[in-house]
Amino acid sequence: MNRFYPPSGLRESNPTKAEGLLAGLHLDLPLLTGLILLCLYGLFVLYSASGQDAGHIERQLIRLALAFIVMIVVAQIPPAQIRRWSPRLYAISLLLLVVVLVIGHVGKGAQRWLDLGFFRFQPAELAKLAVPMMITWFLAERSLPPSWRRIAIAGVMILAPVLMIAKQPDLGTALLVASAGIFALFLAGLSWRFMAGMIITAVPAGWALWEWGMRDYQRGRVLTFLDPERDPLGSGYHIIQSKIAIGSGGLYGKGWLNGTQSHLEFLPERTTDFIFAVLAEEFGLTGIVLLLALYLFIILRGLYISTQAQDTFNRLLGGSLTLVFFVYLFVNTGMVSGLLPVVGVPLPLVSYGGTSLVTIMAGFGILMSIHTHRKLLPT
Amino acid sequence: MYVTLKDYLRESRLFQSRALIAAVLVVLVLAVLLTRLVVLQIVNHQHFTTLSQDNRVKVLPLPPTRGLIHDRNGLILAQNLPTFSLEVIPERVNDLANTLQELGKIVTISESDYKRFEQLRHQRRRFDSIPIRVRLDPEEVARLTANRHRFPGVEIEAKLLRHYPLEDKTAHVVGYVGRINEQELQTIDASSYSGTSHIGKTGVEKYYEDTLHGKVGLQQVEVNALGRIIRVLHSEPPVPGQNLRLSLDAGLQNAAIEAFGEEKGAAVAIDPRNGTILALVSHPGFDPNLFVEGISAKEYAALQQSESKPLFNRAIRGQYPPGSTIKPFIGLAGLETGTMSASQKNYCPGFFQLPGHSHKYRDWRKGGHGGVNLEEAITQSCDVYFYALAHQMGIDRLHNFLSRFGFGQRTGVDITGERRGLLPSREWKRETRRQAWYPGETLIVGIGQGYLLATPLQLAHATATLAARGMNYPPRVVESISSDYASDAPSNIGKPNSLQQHGPGNWSKVIESMAQVVEGQRGTARSLKNDNYRIAGKTGTAQVFTVKQDEEYDEDKVEKKMRDHALFIAFAPIEEPRIAVSVIVENGGHGGSVAAPIAKRIMDYHLLGQ
Repeated sequence: MNRFYPPSGLRESNPTKAEGLLAGLHLDLPLLTGLILLCLYGLFVLYSASGQDAGHIERQLIRLALAFIVMIVVAQIPPAQIRRWSPRLYAISLLLLVVVLVIGHVGKGAQRWLDLGFFRFQPAELAKLAVPMMITWFLAERSLPPSWRRIAIAGVMILAPVLMIAKQPDLGTALLVASAGIFALFLAGLSWRFMAGMIITAVPAGWALWEWGMRDYQRGRVLTFLDPERDPLGSGYHIIQSKIAIGSGGLYGKGWLNGTQSHLEFLPERTTDFIFAVLAEEFGLTGIVLLLALYLFIILRGLYISTQAQDTFNRLLGGSLTLVFFVYLFVNTGMVSGLLPVVGVPLPLVSYGGTSLVTIMAGFGILMSIHTHRKLLPT
Repeated sequence: MYVTLKDYLRESRLFQSRALIAAVLVVLVLAVLLTRLVVLQIVNHQHFTTLSQDNRVKVLPLPPTRGLIHDRNGLILAQNLPTFSLEVIPERVNDLANTLQELGKIVTISESDYKRFEQLRHQRRRFDSIPIRVRLDPEEVARLTANRHRFPGVEIEAKLLRHYPLEDKTAHVVGYVGRINEQELQTIDASSYSGTSHIGKTGVEKYYEDTLHGKVGLQQVEVNALGRIIRVLHSEPPVPGQNLRLSLDAGLQNAAIEAFGEEKGAAVAIDPRNGTILALVSHPGFDPNLFVEGISAKEYAALQQSESKPLFNRAIRGQYPPGSTIKPFIGLAGLETGTMSASQKNYCPGFFQLPGHSHKYRDWRKGGHGGVNLEEAITQSCDVYFYALAHQMGIDRLHNFLSRFGFGQRTGVDITGERRGLLPSREWKRETRRQAWYPGETLIVGIGQGYLLATPLQLAHATATLAARGMNYPPRVVESISSDYASDAPSNIGKPNSLQQHGPGNWSKVIESMAQVVEGQRGTARSLKNDNYRIAGKTGTAQVFTVKQDEEYDEDKVEKKMRDHALFIAFAPIEEPRIAVSVIVENGGHGGSVAAPIAKRIMDYHLLGQ
């Protein structure tokens, strides 16, 4: 873990021409390299998962290009500016969530989208950025670690959007938004006693809810949620087929384009939420280790950037955005491999689809901005 | 908002320690994930590979086409006709009652169709296809095809259905096929019958099941999640079943049936030169086509309860006292065992008494036949002569000799369900009745009554053996199997077994006596005498023992039922026998008047071709 603490300024001391250009664009070369490699790997898998459909690749390339542009644009914004916008952004996203809920209620169904005519937009995605920004902004106001009162206020700030998103219902996004806020609190030095206390009260509260607060059919739903294989024809089917795909991949996999589970359509959602299983089937454990190594590199780089940041806001924001990225990864792979319940979370930067892509890349844009807008301070 | 340097350092260190903890947690969690993947991909790899293969590869059976059955002239007796049936897979139908009702608006579905469907539905599995209507006509098929989209889980199945064009004429020989039932499922090799729904139930269809069935083929296909076939991985074509050519002459069979008219009974005609069966009739017969797609309960009950027992194969399962038709064999036994000579005369006063017993064993002619030698005794069917002969020989020698002609044993004919008849002996009586053998019982065996029972097939077989002067061929109804069709000669002939002969003169003597039955002035079958060929025959009459206790008294019916069975055995031409026949007419009265003309018709048809 020593590489978190390299001698300060070592890398910046001898900038090459290319690095100079990247620095001019406020981009971080290691992070950028990691992201590009991951996206290329993802496209490679997507080509097979989509049944060698050039259309899928084309559309995904356009989305990726858009997402990278967003990242570059965000990287140009100084962190102080981002900090100043945080409360407003949070207020806007709360407002939009309310609008979505109302429209959803009128439309009698789950509604996540705001249709702006030329552009469909998911307010929950905005919350993924706005919540960690707001919590970080709020906590950085005072010295750390935060007081009990401020923790409670932060808790409310997290819960409000999370509950609205969960109501849509979009459990996956709610989970990601909640974890973003909680990570900000954790990084801000939330006391261990508090965390232990939360866990200690959560266990009996959950038990009480189970025992007295639920009807039988609700318990059944919870059980099926926790163990999908209870329902082999319903949600369990996804997991069973996904495990077969992963397991039959073995050490080296069946080879690119040769996955029978995916190509014969046994595997559901194979270009989106379950693309990890396609990769596991075709490239085996070897391919997975490579993928996880890329993710680990990106995450560690993100944490490193955060430790190098020059003020509390930047540190907390960079850290929590990085950890949310990790939550994405773990919830998706855990679900696909049957470790976790089924929650619809894509494999970040690999799954087909664009909405979360933009948010994730905007997050990395913030990280790059944090890293490239540092002033040399006397230490 | 300006923080002091001290605060700044403290916060920085706090964050760095938290970030470090977070990094460690990230690595730990990824390690857990990796462990999980190692378990799936390395430890349980084989298990999941198997599951993946099972997902992907399905084996479809390709059922073989059943072999055809022809008569000796190539006339078809059993064939496979394409038919369309309407089938329902209950599992795939949401609202079965409604679907059936709607289907009923498109094609006619009778009450019995519904009943059979319900019955089958309870017997079969939910994912089995169950016929609701069979033998759809082309117009119905067209109407159903047009409406097919409305009925998920309902299919029009085209398949080959067994058909027996001669219907009741050959039912007791060819037999029939039917749906494989639970019991048969236990005994057959399930894999070789995957894809096959029918199996031989009786007759040749059952005996030659393995030959007719053929060998199942298979197709290994790759399917997708919806079960759609993506490609064929491997295919092994089925080997169709072999065709069978029977020695049976459908024309002869038909002539024999017509000769029976309204009478019940059985007739078997055998070629004594090789044991092949030319005709095998059990009258009345039944339509075997009814059984192919499952007979309705009502129709079955009607057949089952009919007075004339059409389902009963009298020719191989009916066990009758042979009556006087046994006499030529008893006579031959007397000569061959040296018990008496052909010219020796016995006096017949009309009855026979065992020494020291007062019981009189009566002759059928009250006044008796006077002094008769063997020829006269056979010609006139003198009972007393044979009482005496049987008494002299004793049951042991009698049993020994008659068993060489196949009495009391299955002939081994290639039709299933044959009964063995009964040739009594001391051992048999001791074992089954726990009683000693009485001498009087020997006497009545001597005239073909008492415990002695024979099937019409056994009688024909014994007659054929007599005609062939001791060459005993096991009877066969299948002459050739298609792999041997190249040669016209029958290839499925049983191995003959030559009977030991003490004097060829003995056989000629008995055969000449049988000729006198037809040709002699006092012969019991004089009406058969003709200029075209010489016949050796013997009439017989068998008493009917069984009249059911609880039967209502109905004079006409009871009288007919109590009447004796009429029997006749014969072969012709005497010089070079080409056909040996046995005929039994139940409750027909005297053999000479009822059974002999039927035998004559059979011999005429075969020898004169008419």
